[in-house]
Amino acid sequence: MDIAHSCASGMNGLRAAGDLVVRLQMSRGMRLKEAKAVVADKLGVTTRDLSDPLAMHELRGRLRLGRLFETETTYFRDPSPLEAKWHISETLGIPINSVIKLRAGLGF
Amino acid sequence: MEPRIPTRLGDGSLTEMTRSEIKSDLEEGTQAAAARGKVPPLTEDELDHLLDIFASTARFTGVDIGDEVVITKDGTGTPQLGSRVDALYAAEQVLGHDSCELFHNDYSYRAVKTVLPMEQQYMKEAQERLTIPVHYGAQPDLGRYSAPDGPCGNWSELLPAMKIDEARAAQEEAVEMAVEDMVFVAEGMWEAGADGINFDTAGAAGDGDFLATLKAVEALRAGHPDMGIMVGMAGEMVIGTHGQLEYGGQRLAGMRPLAQMRAVQTAGATIYGPAVNVNTSRSTAWNTARALTFVKPCMDEAKIPVHMNVGMGVGGVPMYGFSPVDAVTRCSRACVDILRLDGL
Repeated sequence: MDIAHSCASGMNGLRAAGDLVVRLQMSRGMRLKEAKAVVADKLGVTTRDLSDPLAMHELRGRLRLGRLFETETTYFRDPSPLEAKWHISETLGIPINSVIKLRAGLGF
Repeated sequence: MEPRIPTRLGDGSLTEMTRSEIKSDLEEGTQAAAARGKVPPLTEDELDHLLDIFASTARFTGVDIGDEVVITKDGTGTPQLGSRVDALYAAEQVLGHDSCELFHNDYSYRAVKTVLPMEQQYMKEAQERLTIPVHYGAQPDLGRYSAPDGPCGNWSELLPAMKIDEARAAQEEAVEMAVEDMVFVAEGMWEAGADGINFDTAGAAGDGDFLATLKAVEALRAGHPDMGIMVGMAGEMVIGTHGQLEYGGQRLAGMRPLAQMRAVQTAGATIYGPAVNVNTSRSTAWNTARALTFVKPCMDEAKIPVHMNVGMGVGGVPMYGFSPVDAVTRCSRACVDILRLDGL
């Protein structure tokens, strides 16, 4: 059922930018239209690009926001999840709980 | 003779209907909700669009490119994938989920309280392995506080015995205990790095269940301004097992999605999830039209995102654990196209 909804209506998560949009909804209570506009503005893309894996994959790599890997395309230089979330936090200008705890642990 | 189109009933079973029959069911579904919920029925244009979706013979359908919405998910993962965090990782890396939820099989805040340190360890691991947001979720589950499982009187036994005052007192006592447990667990998971907390099936045990959820949300919001808080409802109407409980001066018993959304928003949640239950003997078209009609009034007024519940037996999706994709994707698309939802 999850897969059917994801394919029919979802924003593709880490394949594109669904995780970034939902972060603004969760932490800021932003409605979809506004959240998409903010993420698109921060990334310098259109709102339609946010669901497009081709538009987002390389961009996520350049901005070090984390992305998918597979057997043929490995990204061992890409950031770890916590590092990626650190970049997401700075790119979107939102606090991310796990990043705050990481920074505190590192003495930042 | 009008051709017959394969479609589904609310229990997921395959049936065949003509286009005219599907049209009639859509009209009946919206009128049923309009009458019950005292809300406007769907418009002719909206019903025509739903007819195109449900009268299609395609196996799969989806929203237009550019109209995608984010998806939040209760209870992410399956037991085939090793540990619970392995399952979340697969949801991110393999399935492309926008967010996910760590959960315990005993999906109740009261139960989780007893194993909180273990759950915190799993959340820490999830935060180290995943990039997408991770909710922690469970049910308010007020019934768990009543005898014989809990310390309070059992209002399900007291009410039939006409012990109304005792039943109400038992629920009021349970509400305070549930609030304490939900806040305790939520703060523990926040401390472990959770991105948000999900209160799933709020109101399942009646208006006391919903009140406990709202009070917990209020307390958490006061202490944690950046915490993601999602409240998913149990049904299209809050059952009045107490009958006199209020929040913000509004009686909780009998609340429909618009009133539920207002209460959830006032309490401080960041996402509201309406749930409209399915009638298993009616068609998916009937159920979807009915569900959309109940939820539509929320969409203009909401200041927070509305993520409609479209899992098993809610939002038009058949009441079956392994719902066929033809039915799920029709409901999925219908919800987004008609309601312009913020998420599912």
